[in-house]
Amino acid sequence: MLTSDPWLILLVVVPLLAAPVCVLLRNATAAWAVALVVSWSIFGIAVKLLIQVLEQGEVFYRIGGWDAPWGIEYKLDPLGAFVVVIIATIGAVVIPYAKKSVENEIQKERIYLFYTMMLLCISGLLGITVTGDAFNLFVFLEISSLSSYVLISMGQDRRALTAAYRYLIMGTIGATFYIIGVGLMYQMTGSLNFADLSTIMPAIADTRTVLAALAFLTVGISLKLALFPLHMWLPNAYTFAPSAVTAFLAATATKVSLYVLLRIFFTVFGEVDLFATFPLQPVLIGMALAGMFLASLSAIWQENLKRMMAYSSVAQIGYMVLGVALATEAGLAGGIIHLFNHALVKGTAFLAIGAIIYSTGAVTLRDLRGVGKSMPLLMAAFIVAGLGLIGVPLTAGFVSKWQLVTATLEADMWPLAALILLSSLLAVIYVWRIFEVAYLRDSHLAPVKIIKKLPLSMLIPTWILALASLYFGTHATLTMDIAHTAARQLMGGM
Amino acid sequence: MIFKAPLLRVVTKIIVPPIILFALYVQFHGDFGPGGGFQAGVIMAAAFILYGLVYGVSTARQAITADVTRVILALGVLLFGGTGIVTMLMGAEFLDYSVLGKTPLAGQHLGILLIEFGVGMTVAGAMITIFFAFAGHGKDGNIALDQENEGGGND
Repeated sequence: MLTSDPWLILLVVVPLLAAPVCVLLRNATAAWAVALVVSWSIFGIAVKLLIQVLEQGEVFYRIGGWDAPWGIEYKLDPLGAFVVVIIATIGAVVIPYAKKSVENEIQKERIYLFYTMMLLCISGLLGITVTGDAFNLFVFLEISSLSSYVLISMGQDRRALTAAYRYLIMGTIGATFYIIGVGLMYQMTGSLNFADLSTIMPAIADTRTVLAALAFLTVGISLKLALFPLHMWLPNAYTFAPSAVTAFLAATATKVSLYVLLRIFFTVFGEVDLFATFPLQPVLIGMALAGMFLASLSAIWQENLKRMMAYSSVAQIGYMVLGVALATEAGLAGGIIHLFNHALVKGTAFLAIGAIIYSTGAVTLRDLRGVGKSMPLLMAAFIVAGLGLIGVPLTAGFVSKWQLVTATLEADMWPLAALILLSSLLAVIYVWRIFEVAYLRDSHLAPVKIIKKLPLSMLIPTWILALASLYFGTHATLTMDIAHTAARQLMGGM
Repeated sequence: MIFKAPLLRVVTKIIVPPIILFALYVQFHGDFGPGGGFQAGVIMAAAFILYGLVYGVSTARQAITADVTRVILALGVLLFGGTGIVTMLMGAEFLDYSVLGKTPLAGQHLGILLIEFGVGMTVAGAMITIFFAFAGHGKDGNIALDQENEGGGND
């Protein structure tokens, strides 16, 4: 009999119940305080669980005392624990940052709703990661999605509403496809438990129903993942959302979708040789490459910093999917490590952009002349993030790209390695454009004016993530080990 | 739109209390017959929506204000989750009601009653909020804007 570990359920239930408490408080500062305490406790629990999983193996929880596969089972393996730590870290960094940023961007009487939705979103994302049940995953997917639509619609610009609406439509199609896929699998297997499904799957893997289920699942999750060409909702959503929301979602939401994709491909279909049976690899590699190049090219032409980074996110998702599509241990490890590193790097970038908006009120490149001189500390953090996006040595981005390139060479696909390097050059161009405006262009003219002094509560979180990306760029052993353990376990079937 | 027809207004006044009573019946009889929290919540909301349709949104909002629906929404979720936390504090797993009573049977009975009541509250609150948010749109843009974000509560 497996014993239940109460920390696993608290991880989800604490933010879920803190959300209605914020509604009852109806006060911006009180709601922020609740969110702060919750996000930091979650971070503590997440780190504790990661250590426990790495040292003692998987952690379980049986909801309501019902045994799997009949009851809902929560289960944390190294991959899940790694993703949980990413979500919890970003949450713990963004909530303190959010206080000033949100006061600046959202109407005062709505701020408590912002923290309510933020807590629901954290709870939903954590729920997706810890659950071992396909339908329960759908419920958490909806909790996180609905709350993120509301969060995006809270942006200052009225276009935030249409951006949120567009995401709502696309996200709902994605979630519907997911649940259709789950329904088809349930029809064939009578089970919703991931572990149970994986034992039944080999016997029925070549039926048309399961094939249709796989197709629906892949497309549905790819929509939430914003895999090229299903990324059309992402640039506007990231551009018009409040800055703190953009930073949080960019660093977590798409990462969690990638986790779901891994769960379906390598746990549910783990006993089936999926990549040998279906032409999954060329399709995934094709879309990943298209994303890496076309989205990077779009990023180069953007004037709005947020939109530029949003397109860059679509490109970076391409790298992760490329790693997954190799379907080797090294490739998966590359995808998983990039998931972590990109969360740090893109989190830093969007936090820095949010701080620029707070201090100067500007977000387009032409309005930001000399911002590197007006806000030297902040722009330094942004540049660290930019170097990470390119994959310059000593930054976290280098570690993951190195791993991806190694994986492609191991798989005898050296053209892919060349393409990874080539697309990194595109990142050099858009990062250079920012650098040039911030430090070099028209240096004889007065730099952009600081309207509001940047509070430390925004600068410190940005630097925490920037330093973390530098640390994990130079001390990659810890994260690489976790990524390799997770990849090995996925490839081993369960 | 407010209906002036006296017949509609009188009949609405007469049938609103029975609708609420029926909602409570469906709520608390749910574990013996058809029904449960979701259905009860919808029926309960229907009473207020009918009243709002006939007497106008602002009159109905006097009967049940935005603050009240908001509190009901939040308390429902808290009751559901709180039941789970209580079972954990009593040494069982989350939402394992057996420990709530003297016998597992009594515990299961009490537990399902509590969480279904939580579901009922949140569903009623959400339905009423969504209806008034849409019905109040255009006539009083501010009220509608203020309530837009409430629909995110999940049961």
